[in-house]
Amino acid sequence: MTYLAKPKVAHPSLPKNPLGFTRRDYEGALSTLCAGCGHDSITAAVVEAAWGLALEPQNVVKLSGIGCSSKTTAYFVSGGHGFNSVHGRMPSIAMGANAANRNLTYIGVSGDGDTLSIGLGQFCHAIRRNLNMLYIIENNGVYGLTKGQFSASADVGSKAKKGEANTQPPIDPVLLALTLGATFVARSFSGDKQQLVPLIQAGLEHQGFALIDVLSPCVTFNDHEGSTKSYAYTREHYEPAVHADFVPRQAAITADYPPGEALPVEMHDGSRIVLRKIEEGYDPTDRALAMTRIQERLAEGEHLTGLLYLAPSPGDFHVANGTPRFALNSLPYEALCPGAAALERTLARYR
Amino acid sequence: MSAPSSNDFSIKIATVNGTGSASANTLLMKSIFRSGIPVVGKNYFPSNIQGLPTWYEIRVTRDGYAARSGRVDIMVAMNAETYGRDVKEVAAGGYLVYDSTWPRPALLARHDITVLGVPLAQLCNENFNGVRTRILMKNICYAGVLAALLDLDLARIRELLAETYAKKPQLVDSNMKAIQLGYDYARAHFSCPLPLHVAPLDHTRGHVMIDGNTAAALGCLYAGATVAAWYPITPSTSLMDAFKMFADRQRVDRETGAKNFAFIQAEDELAAIGMVIGAMWNGARSFTATSGPGISLMSEFLGLAYYAEVPAVIFDVQRVGPSTGMPTRTQQGDLTLAAYASHGDTRHVCLYPANPEECFYMAVQAFDLAERLQTPVLVLSDLDIGMNDWMCPDLKWDDSYRPDRGKMLDKEQVLKLTKFYRYFDHDGDGIGYRTLPGVHPKAAYFTRGSGHNQYGVYTEDSTEYRIVLDRLMKKWATAATLVPRAVVDGSGSRIGLVSIGSCDAAIREARDQLKARGVATDYLRVRAFPFGEEVEKFLAAHEVLFVIEQNRDAQLRSLLTLDTAVLKTRLHSLLHYDGLPVSAQFIVEGVLATVQPQAAAASPSRAGVARN
Repeated sequence: MTYLAKPKVAHPSLPKNPLGFTRRDYEGALSTLCAGCGHDSITAAVVEAAWGLALEPQNVVKLSGIGCSSKTTAYFVSGGHGFNSVHGRMPSIAMGANAANRNLTYIGVSGDGDTLSIGLGQFCHAIRRNLNMLYIIENNGVYGLTKGQFSASADVGSKAKKGEANTQPPIDPVLLALTLGATFVARSFSGDKQQLVPLIQAGLEHQGFALIDVLSPCVTFNDHEGSTKSYAYTREHYEPAVHADFVPRQAAITADYPPGEALPVEMHDGSRIVLRKIEEGYDPTDRALAMTRIQERLAEGEHLTGLLYLAPSPGDFHVANGTPRFALNSLPYEALCPGAAALERTLARYR
Repeated sequence: MSAPSSNDFSIKIATVNGTGSASANTLLMKSIFRSGIPVVGKNYFPSNIQGLPTWYEIRVTRDGYAARSGRVDIMVAMNAETYGRDVKEVAAGGYLVYDSTWPRPALLARHDITVLGVPLAQLCNENFNGVRTRILMKNICYAGVLAALLDLDLARIRELLAETYAKKPQLVDSNMKAIQLGYDYARAHFSCPLPLHVAPLDHTRGHVMIDGNTAAALGCLYAGATVAAWYPITPSTSLMDAFKMFADRQRVDRETGAKNFAFIQAEDELAAIGMVIGAMWNGARSFTATSGPGISLMSEFLGLAYYAEVPAVIFDVQRVGPSTGMPTRTQQGDLTLAAYASHGDTRHVCLYPANPEECFYMAVQAFDLAERLQTPVLVLSDLDIGMNDWMCPDLKWDDSYRPDRGKMLDKEQVLKLTKFYRYFDHDGDGIGYRTLPGVHPKAAYFTRGSGHNQYGVYTEDSTEYRIVLDRLMKKWATAATLVPRAVVDGSGSRIGLVSIGSCDAAIREARDQLKARGVATDYLRVRAFPFGEEVEKFLAAHEVLFVIEQNRDAQLRSLLTLDTAVLKTRLHSLLHYDGLPVSAQFIVEGVLATVQPQAAAASPSRAGVARN
């Protein structure tokens, strides 16, 4: 139950991050989702990623809309403020919050219903503004809380629990984000923590909008024979194309990459993402090629996964707006009010 | 309105949208204003970029009445398409100026007015080159004609042009040439000045001519707003434009060039209000401006902000509804929508400025109230206030002002607490304490529109839910003590006039006229929702009550009957809702029809109907 706090009991031998926190310190309330829900695995991956990055819990801002996925922001980083807003409109809350204070870490969690139906407009415009946030879609192709209707990500021919087949073509958030100019576009699977954790870390470090579409099966309404979003189907049809390792600042690249196969990408703070191509001929730095390859495999029913596209961020909203490096909400009032003498000068134009 | 005389008459200028007549009209207004005579400008424009008819009304008012006069003494008919109706509108004994390059003796024939033909097109064609220049100069030229007819000071006009075109001095000479052409023609052909002319006074010192949107934007700047998010919609857009203009001038760091504000054009009103709520939740003063259709769209988020107790400031510059309605005409049609926007038991603090001066001060108050009460505050002006130039006393600023950020705990305060509870009524005023993201893990809480208890935790427990909902009503009672008081003028009369917002100007004038006819009235102007005690007292103290407002459905009366003890049957409504600002005449006739039926029947009525 969401309103039951998880007891904070930690074994003294649990590993600690540089801030002295254990993984337990990045957890939240107990999940109220169904046992086996893919979303809970994603929550665990977020906890692992935040612990690994040694984020100050109070500097994490968790944002969501409405739906099963949107509940999960209560289940991680209890030391950070959370905002569970209205359906499909988390991006606007994130935009306002980020405008007020650009120096916090913004994690948005949404679902395929929340993002691809009512939220489609706000999702697109958050990308256009290059809002500096990590945007996770917990994508299961189905409406869970209202008991099993198709969502806009359901594949044609995919069957509902009662047997009805979906006839409308799906909206693919990855392809959509690529057409809109997103500079960090990833797809993953809730069942592949090895892939997901470094993706989340890289997305959090990316200075701009970072999308991770995570296929996250719904055990209750979409895990049956005939569904293309079941655990079994997803495991069979997901193809890692690019593996991304996140290498924190000041750490040496220790993994042994065969020459020519690894591409280290420097992040703003000195950390690196090392991209390793798995799919032959795939290039995560070529937007057009990436789109073609993703579409070709989608036509075969396969999901390419990993950090599918990465480009240097052209600068987030604040760069375009010309705001200072510090948070706008930290400006003292004296720096904001022009004062009585200036008002008199202004009024001269109105006589 | 009494018989027109010098310094007390109205001019109406009929032109075609997009021909640059606004500069000519502003020039005329300002030169009258600078001669020390109070003046009012009302723009009746179409929802169109170019080509449709548009009118501008200038009322020269020695007595300083700020309402539309409702009569036309001098018509400047520059639009052949509307000659027919423009001619009819001129009051008997009035004047009509038209472009006689193409004489229209038959169309313009009226024996009770004086027709003054000026070959404006011909004058401009002979003196200027280029089609666009000739069209623009034709309008400046009629300003020259009026300058001669009204006895305006040409030196003052040149001074105004020099200020307007400070960066393009060559335009001063060409505009002045057009002024002189019209001026000289009028002096040569007519007996100038007319009996209705302008005689310098000293009644405008210490005043400005400003529109409500500009004044509200200044208020936001001075209140310390840093995040402005909006979606363009008439008639609110100029508020955001003005904020951007002021912020670009006065909010840019001189050394770094950094903008100490974020200006976000949203994808729609749904997003605009979300951004405001997100920014306010995160500790930046933030606002949006919109009109009725935008409030409809924002309603769901407003409900969230009410229940999750997030401050927000929203300017609703009301226009004519329902639906798209008439976007460039004025109305007070959002009173009930704004008060109760969103589903469930939701109610919002609303402020009702009556003029641009109040837009400025109420903008600042709105931020203080929103943060003190941790709830959205809607400032309801309208197109008449927002987009027309009003003469107002100079806006004053007290440099000792500091924003009221409400109950917001910083890190030190949080560390002193055993535990932080977001929605707990610690002080008994219905207002909890809030914290900002980034302060301390101990201060973290979850903001949600779903059921929550007083500790900020999700709940579906009936008792826990009710505790929060009932506390919100306690906060509402606190709000009633903090919002601007209603203004009461007069006491002891049997008749009470109750009104709101931009009706104020017409009511002040109507009360003088009623008094002259032996009808004494007291006046209550509501300035905020929830209503304070003074509203109850006024309603209880008057035998005959008129509620005057600019909508069809008597929305202010609805709010009064829902939120005070007054009996609905005691409130007589005077409703003006044709899209034009209400005039004093309408109110005088409406009141007289009830209190002096014989006298009212005898008066020549052209205004709309009064009804209960």
